[in-house]
Amino acid sequence: MWELIRANRRKSLLLFLAMGACLVGLGYLVGEIWAPGGGGYFGMGIALLIWFIQSVISYTWGGSIMLAVSKARPVTHDVHPQLFNVVEEMKIAANLPAMPKVYIIPDPAPNAFATGLKPQNSAIAVTAGLLSRLNRDELQGVVAHEMSHIVNRDVLYMTFAGIMLGSIVLISQVFLRSLWFGAGSSRRYRSGGRGGGQAQAIIMIVAIVLAILAPILAYLLYYAISRKREYLADASAARLTRYPEGLASALEKISGANLKLESANKVTAPMYISNPLEVGGKKLSALSSTHPPIKERIRILRNMSHGVNFADYQKTYEQVVGKSAGLIPASGLKDTEVIPIRQGSAAEAKKRSKKRQMRDVGDLMRKVNQFAFIACVCGLRMKVPPDFKRSKINCPRCGRENELPLAELAAVTAVGDSLAKKQEKAGLQNIYKKTDRGYNRSEKG
Amino acid sequence: MWPVIIVLGAIGLIVLVFIGYYNGLVRLRNQVKNAFSQIDVQLKRRHDLIPNLVETAKGYMKHERQTLDSITQARSKAMGAETVGDKSKAETALSGAMSKFFLVVENYPDLKANQNFLALQEELTSTENKIAFARQGYNDQVLFYNNKIQMFPSNIVAGMFSFEEEEFFEIEDKAEKEVPKVSFS
Repeated sequence: MWELIRANRRKSLLLFLAMGACLVGLGYLVGEIWAPGGGGYFGMGIALLIWFIQSVISYTWGGSIMLAVSKARPVTHDVHPQLFNVVEEMKIAANLPAMPKVYIIPDPAPNAFATGLKPQNSAIAVTAGLLSRLNRDELQGVVAHEMSHIVNRDVLYMTFAGIMLGSIVLISQVFLRSLWFGAGSSRRYRSGGRGGGQAQAIIMIVAIVLAILAPILAYLLYYAISRKREYLADASAARLTRYPEGLASALEKISGANLKLESANKVTAPMYISNPLEVGGKKLSALSSTHPPIKERIRILRNMSHGVNFADYQKTYEQVVGKSAGLIPASGLKDTEVIPIRQGSAAEAKKRSKKRQMRDVGDLMRKVNQFAFIACVCGLRMKVPPDFKRSKINCPRCGRENELPLAELAAVTAVGDSLAKKQEKAGLQNIYKKTDRGYNRSEKG
Repeated sequence: MWPVIIVLGAIGLIVLVFIGYYNGLVRLRNQVKNAFSQIDVQLKRRHDLIPNLVETAKGYMKHERQTLDSITQARSKAMGAETVGDKSKAETALSGAMSKFFLVVENYPDLKANQNFLALQEELTSTENKIAFARQGYNDQVLFYNNKIQMFPSNIVAGMFSFEEEEFFEIEDKAEKEVPKVSFS
């Protein structure tokens, strides 16, 4: 486990330097074309500045931006005890120094992601649709996969790779566009140089080729890294849970759901456990996909019959895919002690009708949004919205008057608000809708 | 002049590397300790949850006094255990009693529908898992620490400051792996 972290850190540094060199080179060439003789250094400076600003932004706010864009909401133990417990179980298994924050995304499409550049300050978010579909073992598999991203520092690695990619794409776009629009006017400048015309033309051609090729290469590199990290997280999840079938069957359910995650986009897609944009039959080509084919991931996990070592995963991968690949750093393969697969817990098969499932999703979303659930004596369960201001409510079925448990509700609201405030403090305008319910109720009660 | 600087520089570098390895080993040893204490935390949590469970189940399981009593007894025995050996034996017995109880629960649909009981069951299931994962995490940590102590060059530092290998957490196979026998008498 820990050897992988070190290998990953080394690799992030290498990637960092390689892409940085590429960026600076591109900046120099572009600068040299715009202002021959000296402009190159200026271009380099601009390129570094762009990279620096992007780095600072994603280093400080990357996690909260990701959580805000995905519309994830912080939840307490009471909203979904099982999710909380499973996250804590995996935190213990992975020897993580601190408990990750738990978020729920109110969306019926099943998916999950993790953020956090370091394990001390991380978060795991799952959708309501995921929680309504998976049983305990499956949920454990998904959480273990996300936990592995945190433990293996994948978020850090992918963030840096993403920043580099973004900077390179930005510079080449600006350059190519300026060429398109400013072709006429800039030629006048350059014809002033004596005899430098030919060299200038060569630099120009090199720059254009580089500006077209660099983003493509950077994208392919980025996707290849992303796919490899997914395999590695699957392998780590199998090792953490000692139960590859859990994750396999979860992935099967996720791919079978055929629902699109509303809040996902091209930028955030690599962070999810399964690509939220590739739904059903719509399949992107293998090279330009951020995730390995889900069927392959399931097959590998299901074929791990000897144990859940990293070496076992690598071996099974080679058998299933039919080619050898250095998925796991050599140091991870060294630990050859056999780790047996455990028995699945006798969890109830969550085979429920679609209607029931959707109702669960709805209930969970209401819970996340601080609705109060009040059971009437006649058996009806009322869902009271947070902006309901009275202290009593009549049951719509039997007409009995029910009191709202004001103190409890105020406590729940207070916890929710403090969580939201913390999120706000993290430097972001909040997606969390604040209600004045706690206020009004505590006044009356 | 130059040779002196080079020699001094080399010595300084070696000392720095040395400090790095030493600190790394100390950190690892603390992580091992921390992982071990995590097991205790979870065992305690289980002790705290059991009285509630027994209280909730009592009303529904009038004919299962024996099962409930055996849980209570196993719990107090585990809480009173002094030595490590006694403790692990008592905790294993408690695990056995718990799994027996959850098998019997299947016969009481009313109890299984009780919201309070369901919440308790989730907490207990999770605590059992946490105990198992804490042991697993501890063993992973010990493996890593022991490897570091054995491997060059950290073994030199470990030898000088007498870092000792830690023992793995072994569960007594017989008791834990045995399927609990259920008697419906």
